[in-house]
Amino acid sequence: MTDWPILSVVTFIPLVTVLFILPIRDDTETGRRNIRNVTLLGTVFTFILSLFIWAGFDASDAGFQMVENVEMAGSGFSYAMGVDGISVLFVILTTFLMPFCILASWKSVDHRVRDYMVAFLILETMMIGVFCALDIVLFYVFFEAGLIPMFIIIGVWGGKRRVYASFKFFLYTLLGSVLMLLAIMAMYWDAGTTNIAELMQHDFPASMQTWLWLAFFASFAVKMPMWPVHTWLPDAHVEAPTAGSVILAGILLKLGGYGFLRFSLPMFPLASADFAPFVFTLSVVAIIYTSLVAMMQDDIKKLIAYSSVAHMGYVTMGIFAANEQGIQGAIFQMISHGLVSGALFLCVGVVYDRLHTREIAAYGGLVNNMPKYAVAFMIFTMANVGLPGTSGFVGEFLTLMGAFRANTWVALFAATGVILSAAYALWLYRRVIFGPLEKENLKAMLDLSLREKVILYPLIALVLFFGVYPAPLLDATAVSVDALVNQYSSSLQAAAQLAQGMQ
Amino acid sequence: MYHAIVFLPLLGALVAGLFGRSIGAKASEYVTSLFLVVAAVLSWVAFFTVALGDSETLRIPVLEWVKSGSLDVQWAFRIDTLTSVMLVVVNTVSALVHIYSIGYMHHDPHRPRFFAYLSLFTFAMLMLVTSDNLLQMFFGWEGVGLASYLLIGFWYKKPSASAAAMKAFIVNRVGDFGFILGIFCLYMLFGSINFQTIFAAAADFAPHGEQASDVVLTLFGMSLDKADALTWTCLLLFMGAMGKSAQIPLHTWLPDAMEGPTPVSALIHAATMVTAGVFLVARMSPVFELSHDALTVVTVIGAITAFFAATVGLVQNDIKRVIAYSTCSQLGYMFVALGIGAYGAAIFHLFTHAFFKALLFLGAGSVIHSVSDEQDMRRMGGLRKHIPMTYWMMIVGTIALTGVGIPFTVIGTAGFFSKDAIIESAFVAHSSVAGFAYVMLVVAALFTSFYSWRLIFMTFHGKPRASADVMHHVHESPPVMLVPLYILAAGALFAGLIFHGFFFGEEYAEFWKGALFTLPENEILEHYHHVPAWVKLSPFVAMLLGLVTAWYFYIRSPETPKRLAQDHRGLYQFLLNKWYFDELYDVMFVRSSKWLGSFLWKKGDQATIDGLGPNAVAARVQDITGRVVKLQTGYLYHYAFVMLIGVAALVTWMMLGSAF
Repeated sequence: MTDWPILSVVTFIPLVTVLFILPIRDDTETGRRNIRNVTLLGTVFTFILSLFIWAGFDASDAGFQMVENVEMAGSGFSYAMGVDGISVLFVILTTFLMPFCILASWKSVDHRVRDYMVAFLILETMMIGVFCALDIVLFYVFFEAGLIPMFIIIGVWGGKRRVYASFKFFLYTLLGSVLMLLAIMAMYWDAGTTNIAELMQHDFPASMQTWLWLAFFASFAVKMPMWPVHTWLPDAHVEAPTAGSVILAGILLKLGGYGFLRFSLPMFPLASADFAPFVFTLSVVAIIYTSLVAMMQDDIKKLIAYSSVAHMGYVTMGIFAANEQGIQGAIFQMISHGLVSGALFLCVGVVYDRLHTREIAAYGGLVNNMPKYAVAFMIFTMANVGLPGTSGFVGEFLTLMGAFRANTWVALFAATGVILSAAYALWLYRRVIFGPLEKENLKAMLDLSLREKVILYPLIALVLFFGVYPAPLLDATAVSVDALVNQYSSSLQAAAQLAQGMQ
Repeated sequence: MYHAIVFLPLLGALVAGLFGRSIGAKASEYVTSLFLVVAAVLSWVAFFTVALGDSETLRIPVLEWVKSGSLDVQWAFRIDTLTSVMLVVVNTVSALVHIYSIGYMHHDPHRPRFFAYLSLFTFAMLMLVTSDNLLQMFFGWEGVGLASYLLIGFWYKKPSASAAAMKAFIVNRVGDFGFILGIFCLYMLFGSINFQTIFAAAADFAPHGEQASDVVLTLFGMSLDKADALTWTCLLLFMGAMGKSAQIPLHTWLPDAMEGPTPVSALIHAATMVTAGVFLVARMSPVFELSHDALTVVTVIGAITAFFAATVGLVQNDIKRVIAYSTCSQLGYMFVALGIGAYGAAIFHLFTHAFFKALLFLGAGSVIHSVSDEQDMRRMGGLRKHIPMTYWMMIVGTIALTGVGIPFTVIGTAGFFSKDAIIESAFVAHSSVAGFAYVMLVVAALFTSFYSWRLIFMTFHGKPRASADVMHHVHESPPVMLVPLYILAAGALFAGLIFHGFFFGEEYAEFWKGALFTLPENEILEHYHHVPAWVKLSPFVAMLLGLVTAWYFYIRSPETPKRLAQDHRGLYQFLLNKWYFDELYDVMFVRSSKWLGSFLWKKGDQATIDGLGPNAVAARVQDITGRVVKLQTGYLYHYAFVMLIGVAALVTWMMLGSAF
């Protein structure tokens, strides 16, 4: 239905918005206001346009849709874009979260506003690009370029230890990036193309798969982040401004999971099957280990950051269970986590803007003077815990079920996360929200402002809606995931038959 | 009609929760209570058409829920006799508690929130009992857990209330951990988690024939044949039931849950939510019935809990905690009934227990209300003349709980029918642990009678021990609180008499219509009618003994219990401290996981991973970065420029590369 390049348009509108705000000076209040307004408009417009992608998307088609392909003369590299059931939701999630980030930075960012907004807009283009790219080089460019604005957002507008945090973030991701680049080159030499759809059809030799898988794994595992390469995340979250945390948790953490689904599973099925136990082990360790660590944090953001690592453990576990429930659950969990953890960081931002501390001990009894805030925080806490009826449950349940089908031990250990998540989340809630309101500086704090309501209420609605009626998301992914699972298992069967034939 | 029954409470919760501030507390109370009364009346209509009529099992789909691969779960209602019984119990008690709360919570500034929670709880409970599949049941299961959490912690300024709320949620989650794994097992065995499919397949699943030893499930490294797979599945499900129904060793949250307002204790922690575990096992009877080993475990856990909780109840001084332990103990009775295959008796006791235990709790609430929120029975006494109606209602509750009735006749209170049915069934059951269960239950019955009468004597008889000031203010509760008590009292007196034939008697088959599944070789109903006379007398004697002892200890010779406590200090402390479960768990789980969390954080993340990873690298490249820093200008376009060059270089390389 679309003969205009909708994916490219959606991807690059934020970049166009940058052109509009660059000339505006941000040394006056009016200038800053204009910048904020233009940025908000740009991101909202992007979101509305992206809904056309959603509307035009045919959920019964497993292949790539809305494909654009511009050959770069004789290079083998092409500018190719397209979405399928696995990527389309992430595109929408990105465009959806962005306006919330701009709104959340409305008051809290007031120096170098223009640069800040520029960084966010570039980030948005890169993130949408990652999910749309159908050429592996293009993917790589977006994938890596997206880190730069994030790196800057943390390094410039971050908290006290921002330099350490952004440095750590950089170090970790650098390692993975280099290896992935090498792998991409190797793939090109072997397959003679950089087109992702074609690469999916290409059978890489088994021994090569192992190395390619490991190289990609190095990059994706850091992004997820998986245990033990997760330690950059708590620091990055703690130092990042609220909106930075939202994007970090909401979108950037999904790059790894998306990468596993887009590359590791379909392109290196044999290696994926070989390494599945390894991934399971890391996932289970992540769930238990980081949940326990989360419990002992005394910084709100750090606690939520650790809980993110645990939740991503469910995602990797689900993906490598490699059955419908596992993968659909993993995608659902990523989308849901994007909403829920994004919302939780926004909730932290609400009180941080008022008191300028993230210390749990500095709070207590907020329910007394901020009842609306308490309700919102409760709903997101429960979604984080995976209470049925919230979106958090569907993903958790499906990934656990997928894991149970693959290996009952994995499900057994991962299910302890059900208990541990309740422990750290409710303990946090109790310390921040419940109890008597005794601290003097808390008494003056006002309940949610209109702007904050506009940010949080739609998220509440979505979290509950997808908890009760997850069908829109599950239906969108079903066919593509089915195709992926079938392709994966037939590759394994073919290899097994081959091995038998040789004996 | 069924939509109305389930969704009216939700509607009430939304009205009170979202608009409570604008429409005011009075309106919130009336709206939620009215909706609940309507739902309760409709529930009775449903009971008469489904349970007492001849309606088939209904299945009413509502909405698509989770569909992934071969898993297909809908929001849907399953209406059969078991559901209709639960509907009546839940909605009746809930409606009465709503009305009662109008009086009880009179002074509380947060009434809209309270009523919203109560209605929300009712909705979740209804979703649980009407569920058509295990996932929706799990939704209700966790939903009641959430409502329970919110209501226990309702007085959020009290740190003890917040702590108790958290404890309840987390301990329940331990049970849910098993429950969810049990659901997965069922899915692996039957390819579905819808009751209809499971029940239809379960009949053929009975482990016999040549395939009996085929491996059907590999669980935690064990290769299980059909029989073992069923046993494990049932045990995992039962773990969920233990959490929700406060069975040993997951019982510790229930006594602490008494931190919530008393109407909450009556509704959630006595009549409805805690019976969800009993309901689960009864609902899954087609599966449990196939696993003899699982049922044995259920029996043993139930019997131990019945005995354990009764012993602790003997010495508690908080009026609500006594009743809480009594609830715990009575739930144990129900599990024994389930375990020996007398599902009807279990549900019967669930049904009658809801009336008299809610009555006792609401009565206790009335007492607490009258003595200025005092809960310690050592500071009560002599209240009989001041609050006579409450007194008589408590007496009714007590005789129903202790099972007063005339042996060998059909004259008796609710407990006389339901509890004695369980005790007698235990005696005749064909289970290796039936004898053990019988002894435990009879002893527990004696203790039950003792602590119940102890409660009555300490609270209402003797000389007043409250301060003169408090005694001066003692007043009978208003009608809005007393009328619900009268209705419950009627149930406590007559429910057994009226319904015993249906639940566990002559009309068993016509009443249940297969909603409770029993194997043909399960003839417990038949045997139950032919127990020896001395067995029939045993609970009666135990009840009398308990009554007489309590009378001797607390009316005749009040020094005796004090002397006994001093002479057997160790035992007394052991019971008073609830067998030290809380202390044990604190060391085993709470402190150890906190320690482990700190250890992993400090030693794992910080010292090992960071120390050997990024920080070490950072130290090595410190010198190099020192120089690189000079390149970092902080201007955005510099970075953009560098990036552009990089991209250009890459593309050039690709082009050149392909040329070769």
